[in-house]
Amino acid sequence: MAKRIETVGLSCFYGKTKAVDDVTISIEPKSVTAFIGPSGCGKSTFLRALNRMHEVVPGARIEGQVLLDDEDIYAPEIDAAAVRRTIGMVFQRPNPFPTMSIYDNVAAGLRLNGVRRKSDLDSAVERSLRSANLWDEVRSRLGKPGAGLSGGQQQRLCIARAIAVEPQVLLMDEPCSALDPISTLAIEDLIFELKDRYTIVIVTHNMQQAARVSDVTAFFTLRGPGEPGYLVEADTTQKIFTNPSEKRTEDYITGRFG
Amino acid sequence: MTADASTAGSLRARSLASRTLPRTVLAGAAAGAVAVTLLLFAVTPLQGVADFLVAAAVLVVVSVTGLTLAVEGRRRAVDRLATSGALLALVLTLLPLGFTLGYTAYRGGKRLSADFLTHSMAGVGPLSPRGGIYHAIIGTLEQVLLASLIAVPVGLLVAIYVTEYGRNVFGTAIRFLVDVMTGIPSIVAGLFVLAFWVLALHKGFSGFAGSIALAILELPIVVRSAEEMIRLVPASLREASYALGVPKWKTILRIVLPTAATGITTGVMLAIARVTGETAPVLLVVGNNNFIHTNPFKGPQASLPLYVFQGAGSSSNLDVDRAWAAALTLILIVVVLYVAARLLTRRNSLVGR
Repeated sequence: MAKRIETVGLSCFYGKTKAVDDVTISIEPKSVTAFIGPSGCGKSTFLRALNRMHEVVPGARIEGQVLLDDEDIYAPEIDAAAVRRTIGMVFQRPNPFPTMSIYDNVAAGLRLNGVRRKSDLDSAVERSLRSANLWDEVRSRLGKPGAGLSGGQQQRLCIARAIAVEPQVLLMDEPCSALDPISTLAIEDLIFELKDRYTIVIVTHNMQQAARVSDVTAFFTLRGPGEPGYLVEADTTQKIFTNPSEKRTEDYITGRFG
Repeated sequence: MTADASTAGSLRARSLASRTLPRTVLAGAAAGAVAVTLLLFAVTPLQGVADFLVAAAVLVVVSVTGLTLAVEGRRRAVDRLATSGALLALVLTLLPLGFTLGYTAYRGGKRLSADFLTHSMAGVGPLSPRGGIYHAIIGTLEQVLLASLIAVPVGLLVAIYVTEYGRNVFGTAIRFLVDVMTGIPSIVAGLFVLAFWVLALHKGFSGFAGSIALAILELPIVVRSAEEMIRLVPASLREASYALGVPKWKTILRIVLPTAATGITTGVMLAIARVTGETAPVLLVVGNNNFIHTNPFKGPQASLPLYVFQGAGSSSNLDVDRAWAAALTLILIVVVLYVAARLLTRRNSLVGR
């Protein structure tokens, strides 16, 4: 099920501005990889390049390669929509579809990709909501608007929506930054459970969170204002947080950055 | 009352609370100002209802603001002045609307009846109080429906292109042309259809010729309002949809448009309401007719604005009365359409507003 993602010399651009410079990294299946680093270091941009969400922004483009189990997802014959079906994404702010009920939100991905059978949708919705630890809270009000849930519930709804289409990889862009500690804990527990089945990449500003949930941590930074971000090092989370190879990593982790 | 207010005021002055005027005092001041105005109009040569209202409004604002300035201080006084200004502006805006609707309802209501709505003007003599607007209602509904069948789909497609795909020179050009189109006077649209469709192509007068002219006027309104509404849909929803592997066209169709549906409906209804009352193009290219004529593609047809136009200019009071009733009907049709459209979209969107 879960697939490996590799990037080879990946650089990301917004028009003429280079945002991420020459990143080569391998992201292992069935593990959690955390991207940490200061604001503006390009970790979100890099994450969005992994499922071709980067190119949604006008003028955005990449150089280099992104390989999903050795298949180049930027090859001309590859359909971006198919890539995104395989590599799902959860955003910083919960963004349920406001015109849809809880049920319809979770079923949206399947429905919009052509699944019609009521029984298929029913089982997928229940399975996804159970996986997202939201089923017990919403089972009695599946027909109510998704926007009526609390922030933490909305974010779990978005995770349920993302995993309903059964992706191989789940990208999470600071999924807890808009949430309180209890909702954050719920999402972190969820990430821990999901890693049995998915390859998970999470961008976070919270180093404790990276230390708690991830197996591998990648540290990004930038050389100065206006410079593109780059990958300093990626290693097991244990090693990054106790004995990093690079001085810059250690400075950032211990709070002596800048 | 003044003593009471000042002792309470000095007590409160030590705490955070400032001196406040009781509502009764303010109401009293306002009432006093009105009384003074009454006195002025009784004693001095001033007269007239409008003059009285203006004078009373000015005196009320001056006295209330002055009292507030004396007791509560400058900040509260400015607040009261601004609030009064806003309220007055509101009243001034609503007055013409209220009078237009009210007077039309008053004059038109007398003549409006089921009989009036279900009969045409066929065989109605110059001294007969009978006759109705059935033929004109049919004409207007058909012409506006046909115009909307052209303008709404095209307008929506243009709006979608401009917002979702038109990030290029072509899109900018379209936006500019739509702006220009908004400024086309309705008589010009009518003349164009008259010259091109009715005369050059020898199509003759017909309801459909009117529909073409109305569609030209309706199109830019639909485009502009739909464009605004589509732009209001947050980018995060589009991204959420893309991230589920939904292609762009499906995202627009199933996520963007439903989210913007309520606003788009309002815009479309306003566009329809706007052209429903258009008289000039109809006058030029539809012709007129006193009989029930249901085929909009052939032969002159009646329509409500034209009916009102001709009745209002008639020397017969019977015609004038019928024109008022027709004007009221026109307003009612627009209101019914608007309410129906809002109810429909509200039922479809879970969140409502």
